[in-house]
This record gives sequence, structure tokens and C-alpha cells, in this order.
Amino acid sequence: MPAYIEMPKLSDTMTEGTLVKWLKNEGDPVEAGDVIAEIETDKATMEMECFEEGVLHKQVIDAGGKAPIGELIGIILEEGEDPPSDEQIAAARAGEKEEGRGEPEDAAENVSPAPAEGVSDAGSPREPEESSGKRVKASPLARKIARQRGIDLIGVKGSGPGGRVLKADILAAPKGGSGTPAPAGGASGAPAIQVPSLPGDTTLPLSGMRKIIAERLLASKTQIPHFYLNIELDAGPLMGVRKQVNATSEKTGGNKYSVNDFVLKAVVSSARRVPEVNASWGGDAIIQHDHVGLSVAISVDDGLVTPVILEADTKSLLQISIEVKDLAEKARTKKLSPNAFDGGTITVSNLGAWGVDSFSAIINPPQAAILSVGSITKKPVVNAEGEIVSGLRMNIGLSGDHRVVDGAVAAEYLAELRKLIENPALMLI
Amino acid sequence: MKYDLIVIGGGPAGYVGAIRAAQLGARVACVELERAGGTCLNWGCIPTKSLLQNAELYSTVKNDADAFGLKFEGLSYDWSKVIGRSRKVADRLAGGIEFLFKKNKVDYILGRGSIPEAGKVQVADAAGTVTEYEADNILVATGVETRELPHLPIDGKKIIGSRQALVLEEQPKEIVIIGGGAIGVEFAYFFNAFGTKVTQVEMMPHLLPVEDDEVSVTLDKAFKKQGIRVLTGSKVSAADTSGDRVRLTIEGDTNEEIEADICLLAIGVQPILPEGVELELDRGYIVTDARYQTSIPGVFAAGDITGPPWLAHVASFEALHAIEGLFLEGHEPRKVNTFPGCTYCNPQVASVGLTEEAAKEKEIAYKIGKFPFQASGKAQAAGDTEGFVKLIFGEQHGELLGAHIIGHGATELIAELGLAIEMEATYEEIQGTIHAHPTLSEAVMEASHAAFGHAIHI
Repeated sequence: MPAYIEMPKLSDTMTEGTLVKWLKNEGDPVEAGDVIAEIETDKATMEMECFEEGVLHKQVIDAGGKAPIGELIGIILEEGEDPPSDEQIAAARAGEKEEGRGEPEDAAENVSPAPAEGVSDAGSPREPEESSGKRVKASPLARKIARQRGIDLIGVKGSGPGGRVLKADILAAPKGGSGTPAPAGGASGAPAIQVPSLPGDTTLPLSGMRKIIAERLLASKTQIPHFYLNIELDAGPLMGVRKQVNATSEKTGGNKYSVNDFVLKAVVSSARRVPEVNASWGGDAIIQHDHVGLSVAISVDDGLVTPVILEADTKSLLQISIEVKDLAEKARTKKLSPNAFDGGTITVSNLGAWGVDSFSAIINPPQAAILSVGSITKKPVVNAEGEIVSGLRMNIGLSGDHRVVDGAVAAEYLAELRKLIENPALMLI
Repeated sequence: MKYDLIVIGGGPAGYVGAIRAAQLGARVACVELERAGGTCLNWGCIPTKSLLQNAELYSTVKNDADAFGLKFEGLSYDWSKVIGRSRKVADRLAGGIEFLFKKNKVDYILGRGSIPEAGKVQVADAAGTVTEYEADNILVATGVETRELPHLPIDGKKIIGSRQALVLEEQPKEIVIIGGGAIGVEFAYFFNAFGTKVTQVEMMPHLLPVEDDEVSVTLDKAFKKQGIRVLTGSKVSAADTSGDRVRLTIEGDTNEEIEADICLLAIGVQPILPEGVELELDRGYIVTDARYQTSIPGVFAAGDITGPPWLAHVASFEALHAIEGLFLEGHEPRKVNTFPGCTYCNPQVASVGLTEEAAKEKEIAYKIGKFPFQASGKAQAAGDTEGFVKLIFGEQHGELLGAHIIGHGATELIAELGLAIEMEATYEEIQGTIHAHPTLSEAVMEASHAAFGHAIHI
């Protein structure tokens, strides 16, 4: 049987590897344990060992070539074995693919330490220790106590078989965390806070969504070094364009555009132009996203959700407008699918409709920036001629993860955003 | 010739330790006085289980045949074959151990081992010839034997221990069993099932006093229903063996004189210490440290000789850990704290972890989940609906603290709960595990539901 060598998964976060160098030529005999190639992962260059014995029949990808995990990179034949035909290779590979299905997806999920996930993904409350992507061996009892005491299992040395964390290990860990406090201890995980009970108080049990909001935002605010920038811009031109567009649209029975639709479009376009903002902190690397996944904060009855418009940078104002309406409707009727929260790279929260002038939102991890959009208000402004005139003004705040984005870059981004909103025609270019 | 390890005793601690050490590359000898396998295999666990299987079969056929629609005429048994089968089973297994010694290149030395000093073992064979061996390490696994009462020394005829009870040539018409622990209870069931008139005397208020009270009380009742005379809260204050029969004076909750053909002593065990060096003892049993080392460096001990619980599976566990601590680099031996206890009378009794009484004593807040086999489809189908599963969970976190099962199959069902305690599982994992239907194990899942939610079938 020919042995098909696949791109191995050499690190947790690896999704593809580069074959730096073949160390065996086609036709060379190989033995189990021989190093046959060097593979570069996202982290390092590693030697790839062979588990078979025979002859390296084919180097399927050339030195310097890239392949995702599981992709065929070479074929080893037994001594004297006939090489397989392309059909045979395809057939054998199809069978294996079937078995190994899901592997590359799993890998993709591990790209960022805290995979993108919507706030309302209440179905699977995350174990605190998984916040950093690592799996910790721990007994169910140890997990429960750790969660209750706000102890991160990662910092606890396990005394059980194979380093399993047991109850005794948690009890021995310093209270409130063993060195590191629970990153996502949140609602149920934070050390109990004594709330004085006053006459007439009502205790509202936490919904799944409330717990997730509490956990994720606590994690964000305590783990991400936030910084805040704020600009006031002229919303007059945008209002003008919107009026024009809607007037035309109304005649033809077309889409009605909100101010927010324009802001969203501007946010996405600016993110394309200043891609440093469209990124995530990956622990040992910064991951810059290719497309813009636009998370839109939508208020619902008992909380807040942030569904995502995927690849928003490829979508027109009309598409964005329609998608947002659709997401809002689904959010209100609780029809959002669980994967509607996946893939966000930047978030917009708009409290303008509630009459809020300006505010600073908390970052939606693992994203690096969130924009806080305020209401459009009429106020006196000094124009270019030095006269005081009536203006239409709008405040936009940016909260940034300083590990990923510095102040100057965020300022550049906001300048781009201002340029687009104050000159809406540019959005069309 | 020098050994890396000499084990004194070939029982569940000794032979397991010897084989494991050999597997780890040590040069090992095992010194055994009598026959490999120790009490467990030759005079305890295994031969009694064989007799109890006979008893259960016979009693089912005798008492329940009609209910099952079976007809027997002239049902009887051959006592010597009943005993003979039990011996054959023991013989076969003991032979198996000797084979394992050979296979693992463990030198098997027959004789009485003693430790003149650390690093030396003397073995006196049947003829009295003494041979001295040298070893870097010695594992003492000499075990225990039946404890006697001062006024009731074992004579092997009218006053017997469990060892003699296993090979009685004739079935006694009447027997008094002193002691209501696992050994006493199993023999009471066995003899009663074959029609011997059985009186059982226990000092404590219930049979199996180490078990959860509810279980013990249920067993008291079951035994009485089966026709065993159970005298709890009573002890034997005087004995007269001068006549053909034994006369015993019973005092306590019951005060009377009783007579029987034979009196079986099952009040406990006493240590068999090797001669030679003086090891530190606690109430007669060898004291060991966290690595199973005795007060003398290079001398280790495991199994019954280190004190209660006197259980084969605990002995083997200890020996494995003692040996791995010695020969496996970096191994941190564990000492025993949670272990299952099984009694193979009918209804069977099995438990692991804390009893309800112990939980109370430790002031642990707990919740109880109970499920009767009466409500189990499988138990109904099998016609064995006596007993229940009782689970004790910590109230705050729902971790399993103890499990107590009385009923058919209890000794097999307990394994899951031992694992649960070892893994620190909570009720959620137990009831989150699908248990096959129809099995008795469903009662475990239902008991867990009963503690925190609602059992479906009660």
C-alpha cells in the first residue's frame, strides 16, 4: 500500500505549512524515523519525520510550496511496489478525507486564542480555562469549585493522574485565583460580591445571555488595555446624501437607508484603508484579517447581540443596509443562527437613536476596535469663514486594544472615517 | 546471588508486587509459606465465591423454581462435590500464579521468610533448612489470619475459622457464626442456603456494621426472612466445648444459652509478622510512610499486614504503588483512601466512599438519592427486586461522596461509582451518562436523578 504523507499539524494554531526543503529526493530509500522534510509553521521551522519504510516516490509539492493541514505532500512506496495511478491516489485520498473531515476546520478555529463568538452564544458557556484556548485536565468537581471561586485552572498544578487538577489542588490554590485571576470568571466565576439586601429588592436570576455578556465584557475590560479616542464630525453632507438617496428610493419602492447604514459602510471602507485596525491580538502574534467582518451591536429584550456581516468590504451600501435590517429582525425574533456571531473583526455600536451624544464602548474580543456612534445633533459651529452657523454634528468614539493598535494608527483610522462621512461621495469610489 | 527485591508473601499484595517489579526489570524472588495466591485465592475470596455461587443456584432452584415455571423432582446436592468445585477453582488459579511467576522470571521460593536484618531474607523450608538470600529491597506482604477469642481457641473441629469452614467434610446441621462482618455474613448465607440451621451473633446493632445503616438494616431483615437467626447487639460470654456439641452463652440484647454442632469464628483477623527485625507497629500492624517504607530503610510493606481494610484489591493496589515507587523513575506512590467493599451474600452488598453516618459525622452537607430495584425493569424481569441503590452527594457541588448498593448484582454495579468518586464526578456526569436499558445499572442513574432532579421511574 502506498503511504500518503500529509501536511502534519505541528502546532495548535497551525492551519497550513510551508515545505521549506525536501531532505530526501524522489527515489531515495527512507526508513521510519528519517527526517524527510523541513516544514515551516506559523511559529517555527520543524523537521518532519517519516513513519514508513520504503522509497520516496513523489514529492507532491515542491520546496517553498504551501499546503493546508491534511493536504497530500508526498508519497512513499514499499520497495518494489508499483506507483499508484492518479485515480488510485484520488480514490485513496477521498476515503481518508472523509475520515479526517473537520480537522482543518478545527485548526482554523484555533487561529485566535479566543475564537470570535457572538455575545448571545449562550448555549455553551465557556470554561474559564478555555479562554486562552488550552485544555486543562481537571475533574468535574475541581472545575465547579474553580468556577465558583474565580480560579483559572491554567495556573493550578494538578496532583491527579497525568497532572489532572483535583479538588484538593483547587482548595490549595490561593483564593481568588492562583496567580492569575479567572479571565472570564464573570457572572458566576467572580468572587461573590456581598450585595446588601434592601426592602423591596428583587433578585433576577441570570439568563444564559446575561452570563455570557458578563463573562465576556469582564474579560475584555480586565484583559484588554483599552484606550479611547473621540471625534466630532460634520454630519450635514451625509444627511443630505441620505435624503437624496431615500427620496429616489421611495419613488421606486426601494430600500430605505438609515444614517447607521452609511456609518457602517464608512467604518468598513476605512478598515480596508487602515487595515492595522482590522486585526486581533493572537498572544504571540497579531493577526491581520483579510476581510472585514462587521459586528453590529443590536439591543434585544434581555440583552445585546453582535451578529456579523461577513466580508462586509465586498458589499455595497444596499447589501449592508439589507443585511443589517435582516439581522436586527432575526435578533429580535431570536432566529439568529449560532454561527451568525462568527467572523467579526470590528464592531459598531450606535446609541444615537437613544439620544446619546458620545460614549466609549467596551471592545468585543478578540477584535481590536469598536466604534461608538452618537446621535446627530444641531449645534452652533464656527465655519471656515469664522462665522457661527447652525451645524449637524455627530460624535464617533473608537475604543482600541493598545496591544494591537497604537493611538496614531487609530487616529489615522478616525481621520479616514471622518473623510468618508463628511464626503459621502468618496464612499462610492 | 543478590536480588533487587524479595517479597515475603505470595498473596494479592505479594504476587502482584513481585510480578510488577519483574516487569520493571528487577531481579525478584517471592517467598511463600504455603501456596501462591495467598488467603484470597486459596482460603478467601475465590473459594468462598465458588461456594456462594453454588448456594445461590441451589437456593434459586429450590425456592423460586415454581415462580419461574420450572419443575424439579428429588432436588438434592452432593456436599463433597460442592466443596470439591470450590477447591478445584482455587487450585486452578493458584497454578496460574505459579505460571505467571515463571513467565515473568520471578524466583518462587517455598518456605517461611524472616528478615534477620535489612537487605537479608532467611527462608526456612518444610524440612527446617534455612537458606539466606540478599536483596536491596524487601517487601513484607505476609497478610493476616483468623483472630481467635481467648475463651474460644480454634480446634479445627467444633471451633473453626473460615479456613476450616471452606473444607468441612460433612455439612453441619447447626452452626453458630460469631461475627456479622463480610466473612460471617457470607458463610451464614452459604450454610443457610443448604439447609444448615444458622445462628449469627454480632456485637454491633446490625450485620455488616461498617456499611451504611440503611443497608445493614435491610440485610438484617433479608437474613431473618431467609430463616437465619440474627442476634445483633449480643456477644458470646462463655463457651463449653467439652461435650459433643458447642454450648455458648450469649449476652446482650439476647441472653440465652445456645447449642450447635460447630461454631465458626468470624470476628476479624490478626497480623502475621515475619520474624527478625523489629518494625514499627500500630495496633500490631506494620506502619509505612508515603512510599510504603517501614521504619527500617529498604524494608517495605503492603497489603493486609499494614492494617485495615483487609481487602485483596486494596492489597494489590498498595503493592503496585510500593513497587512502582521503588522501580519506576519519578513515580509518586499513592496511598489508599477510596476503595470499594463487597459482600457476596444474597442480597449482595457493595459500597464505596462515605456512609451517610460518616457524612453526618464529618458535618458535610449532603443530598441522598435512592432508587429501589423494585422499580427497575431489569430487576423485575430477573425476579430479583430486593434492595436499592443509595447515592450520597455533596450538597454544594453535587460531587459523589458515597455509594451503597444492596441487591442482586450490587458487587458488579459498584465499579462505576468507584470510578465516579476517583474522577471526582458530580451527579451531572452520572446522570449525563446514558445507561443501557434494561440493566440494573439504570438504578444508579435513577438514584442520581432522585438526588437532584426527579427520578422518572419512582
